[in-house]
Amino acid sequence: MEAFEWQQAASPENAASLATHTTTEAMLSAQGTRAAFTQAMLIKAGGVDLIGLMKDGLVSPVRLIDINHLPELQGISENAGGGFTIGALTTLAQIATHAGLMKHYPAFVQAVTTAASPQIRNRATLAGNLLQRPRCWYLRSAAHHCLRKGGEHCFAYAGDNRYHAILANHDGCAIVHPSTPATALLALQAQIESVSANGVQRVISIDDFFVLPSIDLHHENVLRTGELITAINLPAPHHTHRSAYLQLGEKTAFDWPLAAVAVFFAIDDKGICQQTRIVLGGAAPTPWRAREAERIIEGSKIDQNNARSAAEAAIAVATPLSGNAYKLPLLCTLINRTIMKAATSE
Amino acid sequence: MDNNTPKRDELLSVGMAHLGLKKVTREIPDDEPPALPPNAGLNFIGRSSPRWDAVDKVTGAACYTVDVQLPGMLFAAVMRSPLPHARIRSLDLVAARNFPGVRAAVTLIEALSDGSAPAVLYVGQPIAAIAAETLDAAEAAIQLIGIEFDPLPFAVDLDSAMKPDASVVYQKNEVAHIPFIGFPFVGELPLEGNVRGPNKMVQGNINDGFSSADFIVEETFSTQVQTHCCMEPHAIVADWHEDRLDVWMSTQFTAGVRAQLAATFRLPLSRVRVRAQAIGGGFGSKSQLGQYGKTAVMLSRMAKAPVRLVYRRDEEQMDSGNRPSSRQHLRIGASRDGKLTAISLHAWGSAGVAQGAGVGNIAMALYVCPNLESLQYDVFTNTSPSTAMRGPGNTQGAFALEQSIDALAEKLSFDPVALRDVIDLSPVRREERRLGALKMGWAQRKSPGFDSGPVKRGLGMAQSLWPTNIQLNAACEVRLWRDGKVEVLSSVQDIGTGVGTLLKQVVAEELGLRPEAIEIRIGDTEFPSGPPSYGSRTSASITPPARSAAWQIKNALLQSVASHWRLDPQQLTIQDSWIQSADNPSQRMSWQEAASTLRTDRISVVTGRSDDYAGFRSSHGDAAIALNDLGGVQFVSVAVDTQTGVIHVERVVAVHDCGRPINPLQIESQIHGGILMGISYALLEERIIDPHTGWMLNPNFIDYKFAGPSGLPQIDVMVLENYQGFSATDAYGVAEPANIATAAAIANAVYNAIGIRINTLPMTPARILQALHGADRRTC
Repeated sequence: MEAFEWQQAASPENAASLATHTTTEAMLSAQGTRAAFTQAMLIKAGGVDLIGLMKDGLVSPVRLIDINHLPELQGISENAGGGFTIGALTTLAQIATHAGLMKHYPAFVQAVTTAASPQIRNRATLAGNLLQRPRCWYLRSAAHHCLRKGGEHCFAYAGDNRYHAILANHDGCAIVHPSTPATALLALQAQIESVSANGVQRVISIDDFFVLPSIDLHHENVLRTGELITAINLPAPHHTHRSAYLQLGEKTAFDWPLAAVAVFFAIDDKGICQQTRIVLGGAAPTPWRAREAERIIEGSKIDQNNARSAAEAAIAVATPLSGNAYKLPLLCTLINRTIMKAATSE
Repeated sequence: MDNNTPKRDELLSVGMAHLGLKKVTREIPDDEPPALPPNAGLNFIGRSSPRWDAVDKVTGAACYTVDVQLPGMLFAAVMRSPLPHARIRSLDLVAARNFPGVRAAVTLIEALSDGSAPAVLYVGQPIAAIAAETLDAAEAAIQLIGIEFDPLPFAVDLDSAMKPDASVVYQKNEVAHIPFIGFPFVGELPLEGNVRGPNKMVQGNINDGFSSADFIVEETFSTQVQTHCCMEPHAIVADWHEDRLDVWMSTQFTAGVRAQLAATFRLPLSRVRVRAQAIGGGFGSKSQLGQYGKTAVMLSRMAKAPVRLVYRRDEEQMDSGNRPSSRQHLRIGASRDGKLTAISLHAWGSAGVAQGAGVGNIAMALYVCPNLESLQYDVFTNTSPSTAMRGPGNTQGAFALEQSIDALAEKLSFDPVALRDVIDLSPVRREERRLGALKMGWAQRKSPGFDSGPVKRGLGMAQSLWPTNIQLNAACEVRLWRDGKVEVLSSVQDIGTGVGTLLKQVVAEELGLRPEAIEIRIGDTEFPSGPPSYGSRTSASITPPARSAAWQIKNALLQSVASHWRLDPQQLTIQDSWIQSADNPSQRMSWQEAASTLRTDRISVVTGRSDDYAGFRSSHGDAAIALNDLGGVQFVSVAVDTQTGVIHVERVVAVHDCGRPINPLQIESQIHGGILMGISYALLEERIIDPHTGWMLNPNFIDYKFAGPSGLPQIDVMVLENYQGFSATDAYGVAEPANIATAAAIANAVYNAIGIRINTLPMTPARILQALHGADRRTC
């Protein structure tokens, strides 16, 4: 790791104005050489992903702008309208033990609780988790100057793609989005609040937050330099709401799952599903709504048969690569089980 | 041992303690102590006690090689090949050498003897190294090394390297000079393409054996490359002086590294000192000086300053050794009554650019069979060299053999335990099977697929075999000071196994002191040469001389007290730190008072490892193999989710033997470690090489997956007290047997759960789903 300077930001706006690049852009400007990107000044929250990228020589900022101490980015509060606002710097451990979130947004808390390891959850922030770079081993190898880092070539298509995407994976890059809490936030229709250097705030629907390679090969989301996440909003809960999350990995802890599923239903008094959001993780370059599955559940009473049909419909459209067809039955089972878990939850 | 050594007869206990012991008379050397009673009659030996360095390790006080700081110490970095196979057209160190702070630069790759340009053979191969005043400066200078390559074709996996048109790693004339040696290694074998061998072993007539078989099982098994994943990376601090060489190194063999340094740098043994205090694991990868060790010394000699070289985790994963892959074709014939008639093993393994990728002797040695044939081949690939790794050869071999025996049992309609009672002659393993089966509830074992629902449970078992190694060049010193202090000194190193604890227990037992009173000074070649910590040989090699030396010290002290009291030393006893006269118990003296009667400030005895009392099976140079092998039987229960392919190991029952157990707690810890490593090997670990660039894709602890504390099974360990009357302590090792059977036992349990045999490691969800449902299944 190269030496770097350290600066504590005075406020979120101050941090936004000091940052010269996002971490993504600083990795992109590398172009396989060491010299080009050494002037970057990057925002650091928990530092879990950024410090690892620095140690691996993938980004070498001249200065880190620390925001970890900023009080306006901390804390979980219940809003007047019934929803919750979660400060960007709230740690995964704080979310995992929050009674209100556990009660109203089980899918989200389950996803957070199974992310990473206890030590990392104590340090990792929610915003940092959403913004972590993908785990693609070619992206994370300094020896492979891949398309997403500004290179000419995706190594995964002809290489070892066992952990890569099975959906939306033929537009030049086959990463899977690394955040599992993001799948739950997409299912729960969260909003992301941000602030820019000039103090301008915006609220981004999570439906518009993540970006596919077909739109932009280099970025996983719409944030750009000079903008940082301040909070994540969860909409007001309702007694008809049901949600659940399941993941499956090779390891039982400290591993990104092979597949993850978050579902959200609004089930009316007659047992009919009136709102349906089924989101897949470990499957596509963004948290991925399985709309084929949603269409089967929407307007129906959930039972074992349509849960299975929904799961199979989601998988029918998958386009596996040379080494990851095993994800099809795995995700199929997981969709089926997560639908049933949510439908039978109280 | 010298046959002229005076000897006497001694009555020694033999047998498994819980079944009753017998006495045998053996001739033992006169300078060795009388028979040590069985553990039930002892105070410290056979009792669990926490490891001697536990407090230092958990408080951070323990000093690892990575903690060694010397005045003026320089930091080294290594430039490595980015290509899997290339000729080096030019190499220019001038700019690097002139970089501020750089004090030495060396090339690590020599031109060929015919003067042609040298080649690099794998990604990560060291090419040059720099020592500088800071690590940053060394790493920056590495970037300034000018190098031009002519890329060559390459093969990074076993299958492509075996194809007739594969590019070759070595030419025929190079094979005699290959510097990379793995384990097990057999020399002087022919090379054809990338395939070297066979290493051939034949007994009886294999064709007759199969003709007379009623049943034959035949399968091909594949195992992956596993890396050692030591928590402390490979590390050395070398300090070259005009008249001597001082080295601190994270090593499994201080005395061996001293000998290699002396030979490499043409120094007298007496002028080389190697130290290793705390060591964060080795598992076979820290057995040798290695190129990194040599590199640090070369840089220190050039810079005239101490040099520290510590591998980063990615260097550790890419180029610090690994367990070779294997492909094993195993064919076993048996008659209806279960007796084996023939075993044929054809095995190919790749140790990368190293020679020595065999799968060991387990298929030839575990079961009685008159007709055997083993043909083992090394396949060279453009990947980093393998080294020994916990149970080298036999761990891969057991995966194939023990699954095949399981398959044979089913074909013969035998229970797998009952079949082994027919074909395994070892009475110790028979008892281990009986105990383990009872503990696991083996009688309740169901047929494959018995459970309704997607999760299927199963039970499986497998056996270990490991030759009992002894280091003959192994000595220990016991010192007694006039103030009563007792020290035990040896160059033997504690790589995490707790040998220091054993030395305290053994010496305290012999001297009638408490273990806390014994000071352990080990891991320094200034002390008598100890054994290596590999091959499961440390306890067996160092505890007998430690006890003998303590016994001689005790005799000297009693002699001194006897002179003081004008008594016959035979009349004196030591108990609980008091010396007293047997005839007159009121005549007593504390240990310290007794020591003060010594004529000199310090007395000292050095003893070496003598031969086992009943002899050895074989001996060669510094090492010997004891008459009886080490056994071990493991039972496993698993739950397999047939819809997700996830295997959960729910419970392991491990029954092991290691002669006389000295510290049951430490033995249990060793066995736990072996099992965890085995579960990890079975389900998770795999070095993944990119087929197009030759780079390791998972050179870190995130993408290289291994078992952690979450999701681990209940592990029940049972250790036999198996007395053989072979040495002053009768203690043997257990590290390797604990690892060898685990993956095979899991695979057998998986078969019992789902009725499908998984022949390839690791058994990932992807493999299980593929085996159950085929590829591209879109239903659930």
